[in-house]
Amino acid sequence: MNQACDILIVGSGPAGLAAARAASRTGLHITVIDDNPRAGGQIWRNGPDTQLEPAVVERLAVLEQPSIRYLPGTRVVAALKPGSLLLENAEHGFVMVYQRLILCCGARELLLPFPGWTLPGVTGAGALQALVKNGLSIHSERTVIAGSGPLLLASAATAREAGARVENVLEQASARSVTGFAAQLWRWPTKIRQALDLATTAYRWNSHVVEALGEQRLEAVRIKVGSRLKEIPCERLACGFGLVPNTTLAAHLGCELQGTAIAVDSLQCTNLPDVYAAGECTGIGGSELALVEGEIAGLAASGQHQEIKALLARRNHWQAFADRVRQTFTLNPAIHSLARPDTLLCRCEDVPFAAMACETSWTAAKLQTRCGMGACQGRVCGTAAQTLFGWDAPLPRSPLVPARISTLL
Amino acid sequence: MIIYLERQPLTVRDGITVAAAVTVTRTSCTGQPRAAFCGMGICQECRMTIDGRRQLACQTLCREGMQVERSV
Repeated sequence: MNQACDILIVGSGPAGLAAARAASRTGLHITVIDDNPRAGGQIWRNGPDTQLEPAVVERLAVLEQPSIRYLPGTRVVAALKPGSLLLENAEHGFVMVYQRLILCCGARELLLPFPGWTLPGVTGAGALQALVKNGLSIHSERTVIAGSGPLLLASAATAREAGARVENVLEQASARSVTGFAAQLWRWPTKIRQALDLATTAYRWNSHVVEALGEQRLEAVRIKVGSRLKEIPCERLACGFGLVPNTTLAAHLGCELQGTAIAVDSLQCTNLPDVYAAGECTGIGGSELALVEGEIAGLAASGQHQEIKALLARRNHWQAFADRVRQTFTLNPAIHSLARPDTLLCRCEDVPFAAMACETSWTAAKLQTRCGMGACQGRVCGTAAQTLFGWDAPLPRSPLVPARISTLL
Repeated sequence: MIIYLERQPLTVRDGITVAAAVTVTRTSCTGQPRAAFCGMGICQECRMTIDGRRQLACQTLCREGMQVERSV
């Protein structure tokens, strides 16, 4: 049951939606796929209790246009010959043939090991937000948010709105970094409003989680605030140390990477002709940057090049903001040594930190310990090992995600 | 709406994901309880057997009568 389209867009977050809207003006046949059951990406995730802003509802409405086919709950399993991808949804596997491809795969959280991080009740920071938006009840639960970056404040706000008691928001960056960042915000006035909306007295800089405590689930956290150690009873710990571009599909296709992100030119084109990329997968930058990059990619992929020039200044404006965020929330080396020898680093194969730390590369560690050979295929532990040990990123192999045998036949 | 977790009925609100409805999703290979962790289809901690197929609880919406089993 093959399907075909002119432009295939992978991801229906801000970048994917902007790309779809820009490209749809030409009348080309566009398909948008997303592995989530609802569109909007992580930031505009819709759910049973979510009231989306009118501007977001308008952005999502593009998926109802007749020239656009939207396939939720659909994952990319592998690239076949150039111009076709093997996809899978809950029901079946099928091949999608395309002329142009726009990768808007977004980002995942940087999740780093610390004692107790595998206990139920511990999640990523963006993860808690995603779960709450999808209906998780955390009403009256004591919640600690920790890690690094602006996402912590957004996660805390979501938790509070859901009725949780947010005990602390722990930012690992120093007071100097954070206040220096805040002093620069006048350049992006909408961000000042956002920061004021999200501000909380529970916020502590130069602070981090030390250990999650509990037997069968989380019961308390040990934290370090400045130089003081404290223990706080809680039901939830949401801990994320920043964001990592999702580059698995791009690397599998043969796209060049620049650092941890997909390398693109001024038209958002990768080194492969007919493959474009936009949004967080080309570098962490937030929804404003993702929107303008998505629009440029959509215009370029649909041949509307004359429209692009007018967007370049806006892209530069938000790229400058992204650069400031990256400089501010650089990880403090103390975060690299939170894991103890017996802390599991690979959560799929239950491989302890000590077993991996004595290896010299990702491949050696994989061969000796089975790390990265479980269901997530190193998306969590491989990224953690890159951060902690400076190893090269694991090379993706197909199937890119766990798939049914019937899809592969 | 009612779904079945390990054959026991569980009343859930419309529109929520399976990950939002269950506290423990699987037992790890060394016997530890695990739950949804990344919430966005990356970590695979919430893989469960849903209506006979292995699926991610965080990316699957509850449906009336759905059979959900923890995975090992």
